[in-house]
Amino acid sequence: MIYFDNAATTWPKPPTVSEAITHFMNEIGANPGRSGHRLSVDAARVLYNARQAVASFFNAPDPMRVAFGHNITEALNLALRGLLVSGDHVITSSMEHNAVMRPLRWLESQGVALTVVPCSPQGFLDPADIEKAILPKTKLIVLNHASNVTGGLLPVAEAGRIAQAHGILLLVDSAQTAGAVPIDMHSQNIDLLAFTGHKSLLGPTGTGGLILGERVADDAIQPLILGGTGSRSEEELQPEFLPDRFEAGTANTSGLAGLTAALQWINQKGIDAIREHEAALSAQLIKGLNTISGVSVYGGQDAEMQTSTVSFNIDHLTPSAVGMRLNANYGILCRVGLHCAPSAHRTLGTFPDGTVRFGMGVFNTSEEVEQVLQAVAQLASEEA
Amino acid sequence: MKQITVILVQSSSHAMRIEHMLNQKGVSCKLIPVPRHLSSSCGLCVQIEKSDQPVAEEVVAASKLDIQGFFDTFT
Repeated sequence: MIYFDNAATTWPKPPTVSEAITHFMNEIGANPGRSGHRLSVDAARVLYNARQAVASFFNAPDPMRVAFGHNITEALNLALRGLLVSGDHVITSSMEHNAVMRPLRWLESQGVALTVVPCSPQGFLDPADIEKAILPKTKLIVLNHASNVTGGLLPVAEAGRIAQAHGILLLVDSAQTAGAVPIDMHSQNIDLLAFTGHKSLLGPTGTGGLILGERVADDAIQPLILGGTGSRSEEELQPEFLPDRFEAGTANTSGLAGLTAALQWINQKGIDAIREHEAALSAQLIKGLNTISGVSVYGGQDAEMQTSTVSFNIDHLTPSAVGMRLNANYGILCRVGLHCAPSAHRTLGTFPDGTVRFGMGVFNTSEEVEQVLQAVAQLASEEA
Repeated sequence: MKQITVILVQSSSHAMRIEHMLNQKGVSCKLIPVPRHLSSSCGLCVQIEKSDQPVAEEVVAASKLDIQGFFDTFT
């Protein structure tokens, strides 16, 4: 079996991830921050260690500004719905995932003005087009760091400079890059970073969050959910201090124990080494696909300018037919269709059928890429 | 009865942050349940040696956390 669906969720994980989860469940287990006994304190420390590890990993200003949630969709909803109000203007790109587009379209129905800056048919975004879209009431620019369809990187650092120069905020959706491409909130001027634990960060599902940069006031974002935090229990109003403001209800402590172990594994291996390995796989795959007659590859097709996610089609077969055959006949697991990103597929000209998407990860090998290329070549040479 | 110094904080996350920062400065501390005659936002406080209070005050200032204060008490 060849697992090429890492853009959806990475698999396998480093063995230390499940070990850390099991250790938490068997040896600690208690509710963090709800009691003063030793197991509760140990659990709170596990939660803090995750916060510290995440803050360091992204060069965030302060671990207290890491608000954990269950995935990046929740984090993006928190940022968008918590920040934008009727009368505000927000700018995004045409390459976004529905985790950004659906909250934005809903906000549009609530009186928020939205500009979707078109990208080129290869998925490129010209930063000058973002700057041109800025209005006096613009509050936020929101961009993915890399497309979940083509893997193409968007110019977030340039957008960060533009946002800072105009006194507006930049929110980055790092779903496809966190753990695979270096991210530095400080040097890239990222004000709000949404992340998920289960993709290239190599952690378990059910972990993610939103990190607030220095330019975001503690009370700039309204929480999505309200409730018990273990603090200010005498009050019926949500605490305003971070991180409690955003973390009502019991945290996914066991999952976050796993995420901390995953971050340690990445740090030990080195994100530059991971990036180099994945870029080599991408270059090999893109080059190989382009030699197969009847195959069209989408996006910029430059391994240095994208993640290890590659979208393509075979002329005479629908993406779903390709995906079915790869799974059934070759044991190659990938994702086909629209990838929850209809706007991106419209930009690429692949709507409504979508594409076949190979999402490679740190555990994939050059030999696997070779086997996959042989399978695609066989499918492409079949009679229509 | 033993005299102790505690830092009362708003949240267990803040207690963890202060513990981490004190340890980085080489100052040892203990996270303990808040003594019952003191009232606190969360159930946990940071116990330090009285002699470490000046360093701890610097740490708290650097953390930018809004704490409830330092208290001398008995346990």
